[in-house]
Amino acid sequence: MASVKALVITGYGTNCETEMAHACRMAGALADIAHISEVLSGAFAINDYHFLNLPGGFLDGDDLGSAQVESVRLRHARVKTTGKTLFEEIEVFINRGMLILGVCNGFQALVKSGILPGNPLGRRRVSLTFNDSARFEDRWVLLKVNPNSPCVFTKGMESLLVPVRHGEGKFVADTQATLDEITDKGLVAVQYADKALQPTMEYPDNPNGSVSAIAGICDGTGRIFGLMPHPEAYLHPTNHPAWTRQPRLPKQGEGLAVFENAVAFLRGIV
Amino acid sequence: MAIRVEVGLKEHLFDARGARVTRQIRHAFSRLTPPDKISCFDVYHVDSDDVSPALLQEAFCDPVIQDMATDEVLRARCGWYVEVGFRPGVTDNVGHSARYALGLLTGRTIDVYSARGYLIEGGYDEAQVRAMASECLANALIHTIRIYPMPACRRIEPLIPLVTSSHEPVVEELSLNLPDEDLVRLSQERTLALNLSEMKTIAAHLNDPATIGQRLAVGLSGKITDVELECLAQTWSEHCKHKIFSAEIDYEEDGRTEHISSLFSTYIKGATAAIRKKRGNRDICVSVFTDNAGVIRFDDEYNLVFKVETHNSPSALDPYGGALTGIVGVNRDPFGTGLGAKLIFNTDVFCFASPFHEGPLPPKILHPLRVFEGVREGVEHGGNKSGIPTVNGCIVFDERYLGKPLVYCGTAGIMPRTIGGKPSHLKEIAPGDLIVMSGGRIGKDGIHGATFSSEEFHEESPTSAVQIGDPITQKKLTDFLLVARDRGLYRAITDNGAGGLSSSVGEMATACGGCRIDLDRPPLKYHGLSPWEILLSEAQERMTLGVAPGHIDAFLALSEAMGVESTVVGEFTDTGFFHCTYQGRTVAYLSLDFLHNGLPPMRLAARWTPPAVDPAPVPEPADHGAKLKEMLARLNICSKEYVVRQYDHEVQAGSAVKPLVGVAMDGPSDAGVVRPRLDSEEAVVVANGIIPRYSDLDAYAMAACGLDEALRNYVCAGGDPDHWAFLDNFCWCDPVAGPRNPDGEYKLAQLVRANRALYEHALAYSCPMISGKDSMKNDYIGGDVKISIPPTILISVIGKMEDVKKAVTMDIKRPDSLIYLLGVTRGELGCSEYLASLGRKGARVPGVDAKASLKRYKALHRAMRRGLVLAAHDCSDGGLAVCLAEMAFAGGFGLSVDLAQVQAEPGMSDTEILYSESTGRIMVEVAPGKKAAFEKALGKDASLIGTSTPEETLVIRSVNGATLLSEDIAALKTAWKATLDF
Repeated sequence: MASVKALVITGYGTNCETEMAHACRMAGALADIAHISEVLSGAFAINDYHFLNLPGGFLDGDDLGSAQVESVRLRHARVKTTGKTLFEEIEVFINRGMLILGVCNGFQALVKSGILPGNPLGRRRVSLTFNDSARFEDRWVLLKVNPNSPCVFTKGMESLLVPVRHGEGKFVADTQATLDEITDKGLVAVQYADKALQPTMEYPDNPNGSVSAIAGICDGTGRIFGLMPHPEAYLHPTNHPAWTRQPRLPKQGEGLAVFENAVAFLRGIV
Repeated sequence: MAIRVEVGLKEHLFDARGARVTRQIRHAFSRLTPPDKISCFDVYHVDSDDVSPALLQEAFCDPVIQDMATDEVLRARCGWYVEVGFRPGVTDNVGHSARYALGLLTGRTIDVYSARGYLIEGGYDEAQVRAMASECLANALIHTIRIYPMPACRRIEPLIPLVTSSHEPVVEELSLNLPDEDLVRLSQERTLALNLSEMKTIAAHLNDPATIGQRLAVGLSGKITDVELECLAQTWSEHCKHKIFSAEIDYEEDGRTEHISSLFSTYIKGATAAIRKKRGNRDICVSVFTDNAGVIRFDDEYNLVFKVETHNSPSALDPYGGALTGIVGVNRDPFGTGLGAKLIFNTDVFCFASPFHEGPLPPKILHPLRVFEGVREGVEHGGNKSGIPTVNGCIVFDERYLGKPLVYCGTAGIMPRTIGGKPSHLKEIAPGDLIVMSGGRIGKDGIHGATFSSEEFHEESPTSAVQIGDPITQKKLTDFLLVARDRGLYRAITDNGAGGLSSSVGEMATACGGCRIDLDRPPLKYHGLSPWEILLSEAQERMTLGVAPGHIDAFLALSEAMGVESTVVGEFTDTGFFHCTYQGRTVAYLSLDFLHNGLPPMRLAARWTPPAVDPAPVPEPADHGAKLKEMLARLNICSKEYVVRQYDHEVQAGSAVKPLVGVAMDGPSDAGVVRPRLDSEEAVVVANGIIPRYSDLDAYAMAACGLDEALRNYVCAGGDPDHWAFLDNFCWCDPVAGPRNPDGEYKLAQLVRANRALYEHALAYSCPMISGKDSMKNDYIGGDVKISIPPTILISVIGKMEDVKKAVTMDIKRPDSLIYLLGVTRGELGCSEYLASLGRKGARVPGVDAKASLKRYKALHRAMRRGLVLAAHDCSDGGLAVCLAEMAFAGGFGLSVDLAQVQAEPGMSDTEILYSESTGRIMVEVAPGKKAAFEKALGKDASLIGTSTPEETLVIRSVNGATLLSEDIAALKTAWKATLDF
């Protein structure tokens, strides 16, 4: 059986690359971490891989708005060896049927470059803006998983408990029609939920005021998934903020399932 | 021509930033009618006139959420438009990113200068708006403010804050053969912070015939160059040289005088040397006091590196920039230790005056709320954007921190014990190795930072001392250097902090015996810097490296590929001289021996007179329940969740005990526990202790109790007492007596006593000091007002635990447990939070029985490893009462406790037992089934004082059996959370 190869891109302010790669490896993939300068130089080629990971962080300091500069870079910076823009490389990657996961700053990059929701690819139709609190917040949230979503990454899951760590995570759409479209097609893969696992607009269960409590979305194929909360932050049982209260510790953190789903899907096609 | 671009949220979206600014202004200007609305805009001044609107749109505007206007203002509503931009030369991180984005789009380099726009709607006049802008929106030291009436003003001109300097770089030569008063004046005018004897030492050195000969040989005269004089002032500053800690001191107490030759050698290094010797092959120290940070063992493959710094003076001037620079600055210490460490966590401790301070403020003093918010945000941006979790910290309040806030920032790192087959904690430099500067460029930022912080804060403190850190530039730099390290491309590394290149190269040069720097070569942010400014600049995000000539090409190529600027600026030599050239001629030629050893030690006198005490009895409160709520709401006890939540405490995915724990994830944890290796179960434990108010009775107790508190916090979370070490961070008020400082001898006596306390207790706990810092001039003088901070030491403990799953948190876990108090409660309420709540000081400050405490901590640790402990929490600020309340509401269960069962000194009242702050005490929760095993393990040290209960009530019974208080734990939690719920 061929190995699933994951690429984790870092650089210029990304900071969750180590745990993202660790998650890929725990799930059974081979994982490389490549600095964005190494992708642009051609030392690492996106299309040598099956699973592209865009981790969290503060690319370019979020200085012009989160991932705003990254969206310019994706569209305009060219890979030295191929002459293609990063966006064009990713387009090829998507057409090969491969998987993309963007977490937090990676999610912001996916929506701001129009890779999500991706209809049409490259048009920005949704965005992530300042939390209603106007604050960066680190807190754990409960996510309700949409059973009717095509999302490959959340298959078989009902809920997911993981942290958010962001100041710009409020999901908004350009029009009601866009919102209806992503809702009707099941692209809303995860929503912020209350204790009863109902989607909620109440702070702090919904930590940022996201429209329709949207925490993450996928594209129409389910193979591209972005979310603000961090599944790679809950890999070890002691990552849970109240693990010392649990009578029996789980073997692994809940976040790992997202990566296991990705690797299982890819095992079927590579 | 330039273009002004303005970007704002679409009208139908909620402007969260605007709402936040509205809240701040409403709070700060409560005497005025609140604003109707404030809207926020991002402004970019683009220094070009031929960038198309479409490209500007793509660079700066998110079309889903934002609208953009060029030249015309975006929203022409009634009100005042305020634009806040940067002064020329101030670090503009947003502007840099904007230039980069435009570069990607146009292929050209176009400078962009960022600003922030505010449309303030409400019935204000211009003066009121100006006051709002200068108090809430801008800091005049770094910002410019422009105000326009709206909607009358439709167009705002672009503003390019270019550094325009007609100043041509010069090298001045100064004669030091001057009368004494002129030498003193010269030192003051140039912010040299050198005293007369130091100036005369330099003059004498210059007049030495041997020196004259050496200087003539390189083309210098008998005069000193400004480059040399400034370099000496930096190197000899209190900040860099620790003159007070190295001084010859005569200490007088009870009519006896004792001579101490260097507090640092005698007490700090002395304690560590003795502990290391005694521990023999159990010694965990790897590198102490010699590098930028201390190094201890972690596991078979890795060492831990730890450093805590202060950035008080810059934070007083510009809280945001000062604190941001503080955190990214201390990051470079472990990063510049040995061959460089990967950074794994931050820990921050702040000392402020009350954010609710009322009344007039002395000149140049910012309101404490503004300091609090600025520092909080600076450290938030510095820590979060660097991807380093903030796992631990605290905030201490005392009115005297109005004079100067204390901003302690600490960072730990991890590095392989060997890199390329060599010990990673050692640096090598050989003559001929190249001096390379990597990272940011040099500007006037922070010039005189080291000498400025070596003086008291006064009305004329220099504004060039403010720097603004750039965490993203630094992240790029550290990403690059870790790769270069593992490829063996450099042999030595150190950071550029205080004193800039003069300090970093000057220190490295001692390893090989000399250096030569070409001051033409460092890249500059703008034209017009004189050579001395280039040498001294404290511009941020720069590391200095020693690179072997054979590796330089590979080093520079990797640097360029990873988007980092690196420049060869000179070479290391063995000439014995610190040699600088500029435009082909020598501008500095100082003997390294004179530079580093030429400063004669200070001679100081210390006299200890115990302060007057207040022996009146401790009063009983009328209502114990109400009093407990009042105590929980006090600034030094209340929840700091508001701040903690805004710091990323779990990036890198290793956090195991977070700052907030418990059933609702909001209880105050005792220590941070982190797994730095994702493939290992071994964890680092970090905790702190800081009790400045005890200095009011005795700085000895302040130091000893601070250490005990830190160690207790560490043990409570599961840290191993056989594998611990600590950092001492002294912040003092000026202990050098003088006309403006009549009680200097008393303050120096406090310093001596605090050092003694650390020496004695470090030995007793067998816990070595591995690095530290002292900041000795934390005073404010303005007009007739002098404010001195209370002598303060932050103790930061670091160590490990073998198995992260044995970590313990402070929240009560179940409703039928046994509650034990370990240790003895004494009538030690001197300087307690309880007496402070009554405005009193008391008489008997807590002592430390280290021998008994260490035995107890070790026994508790063994019990934890056997799984006998459900929860543990230290009894400190606010004593037993606060400790019980916190454990109960963090866990969501009630407690029922009998004070009669507490091991207390005879004759203590209920109130004294509840609020005594005796050290060495830990509250422990034990499951009923583990009773016998736990009691056997802890012996008579453990008193069973109560049980946990399913009723959500804290019930405490008096020593005579009556119910003293019975409070709903939700109400207690509400009181604890309300104070800082901004």
